[in-house]
Amino acid sequence: MGSASSMLTQYDIEEVQEHCDHLFSQQEIVSLYERFCQLDRNAKGFISADEFLSVPEFAMNPLSQRLLKMVDGLNFKDFVAFLSAFSSKASAQQKIELIFKVYDSDCNGKVSFNDIMEVLRDLSGPFMSNDQREQVLVQVLKEAGYTKESYLSIDDFFKVFGSCGLKMEVEVPVD
Amino acid sequence: MARTSGKLRSSSSGLFSDRPEVEDHLSLGCSVSEPPPKLQLRDLLDITPSLTEAAGAIVDDSFTRCFKSNPPEPWNWNAYLFPLWCFGVVVRYLILFPLRATVLAIGWIVFLSSFIPVHFLLKGHGTLRKKIERGLVELMCSFFVASWTGVIKYHGPRPSMRPKQVFVANHTSMIDFIVLEQMTAFALIMQKHPGWVGLVQRIILESVGGIWFNRSEAKDREAVAKKLKDHIEGTGNNSLLIFPEGTCVNNNYTVMFKKGAFELGCTVCPVAIKYNKIFVDAFWNSRKQSFTKHLLQLMTSWAVVCNVWYLEPQTIRPGETPIEFAERVRDAISKRAGLKKVPWDGYLKYSRPSPKQMEEKQQSYAAAMLQTLEVDAK
Repeated sequence: MGSASSMLTQYDIEEVQEHCDHLFSQQEIVSLYERFCQLDRNAKGFISADEFLSVPEFAMNPLSQRLLKMVDGLNFKDFVAFLSAFSSKASAQQKIELIFKVYDSDCNGKVSFNDIMEVLRDLSGPFMSNDQREQVLVQVLKEAGYTKESYLSIDDFFKVFGSCGLKMEVEVPVD
Repeated sequence: MARTSGKLRSSSSGLFSDRPEVEDHLSLGCSVSEPPPKLQLRDLLDITPSLTEAAGAIVDDSFTRCFKSNPPEPWNWNAYLFPLWCFGVVVRYLILFPLRATVLAIGWIVFLSSFIPVHFLLKGHGTLRKKIERGLVELMCSFFVASWTGVIKYHGPRPSMRPKQVFVANHTSMIDFIVLEQMTAFALIMQKHPGWVGLVQRIILESVGGIWFNRSEAKDREAVAKKLKDHIEGTGNNSLLIFPEGTCVNNNYTVMFKKGAFELGCTVCPVAIKYNKIFVDAFWNSRKQSFTKHLLQLMTSWAVVCNVWYLEPQTIRPGETPIEFAERVRDAISKRAGLKKVPWDGYLKYSRPSPKQMEEKQQSYAAAMLQTLEVDAK
């Protein structure tokens, strides 16, 4: 592990906990810090895109580039805040907000037909043609009462995902 | 009508995860009697499986765990242990280390002063020269082992130099080969390192024979495979020692074995090495320290304790592919040394995964989506 900066004081831990709305326990934050220091090879205070991609499991994920834009260069506090959506204590609302952010890559507060198409492209790669993707999406949107020109807001996302539980949890290993 | 929901699993191609498998995106009812239900917007927008996998990988992944140093627990944490520890530091750095450095220096002098004459004077007497050189290398390795107070226990029958056999072992540090070479002069296949290490490697190669390879050259693989074959077929060559993991792993895990050693059509003799971390962690974390620093660390610790097991020689079974053979041997070595297996290629330490693995995920997703198109078409 690390260098001189690998000691977290109680103050630090509490500050980070505040920042992530207490969605992680103090022990989990300590574990996450160890992990952060492990990935941040030269103790720069943030993890670069290259260092994220050195985790093969992450590099192989179809959404890795999208997520990279969201996590690249985050300091530890924001890193924990990003991961807090995956805590078992996080609400469905927080999880849906993260999903929305993943779709809304231009951060304009609305998800367009093209935004969804791009995520579909990431997920299906060269194994579907654009036309096929469009066909599926148009059909599905129509059934839900939207059109190709519709923009989905975060409220639309809340409505679509509804009250069914979202399975989006990651366990932080605690020694 | 009852709905059975079959879930489409992403093809994980043997991916190992401590977490329960994350299911794929689209859960389509797959009962025989009725067509799958229509795809809904919610299902389409639901990217949680991929997201969860990615976040899980960020939080903890089995590949990085393989290369994490696990130094021994510090025991100097109270009032009377601390002075004891300080005393120990003094002994280790000011008494043991100079002693060991001297032993090593003497060893080098003895080795070089015997090796160089023998090498040139006995040029005509091939076999005698080889025999003496082998003995000298074994002696030199014993000096090395003494220089870090190696406490090495060998189990199992000593390797005998027979033709058409290779030895494979798990890899933790460059000292692995010194540990093994002390007992038997193997020929080696190694990645050339810069600096004094490279010089030492050249000397060793001269004496016991061996092969160079370069990780970064992809075409190199065929050239290396040919060199391996030539070496095995050549008479009078020492048995080859190969570390099929291709990189140093932290001695708690084994990564996938490269099949090169297993498709040579000869007997494979597995050797398992397990270091006891009680005094020092013998894992050479090449990302964190140079080999010189690593060696110094070893030379200023109390001892390097390890167990070496020579396992039963294996040959490829009829109908077994080299990869399966490699896995079988890896299984035997991991079991013997108490190591966990992970399905990763060690070379991912140096390069990105090939796009093929991502494409497999994309392909299964696309297949599920296309299936819904067909349903709509009906």
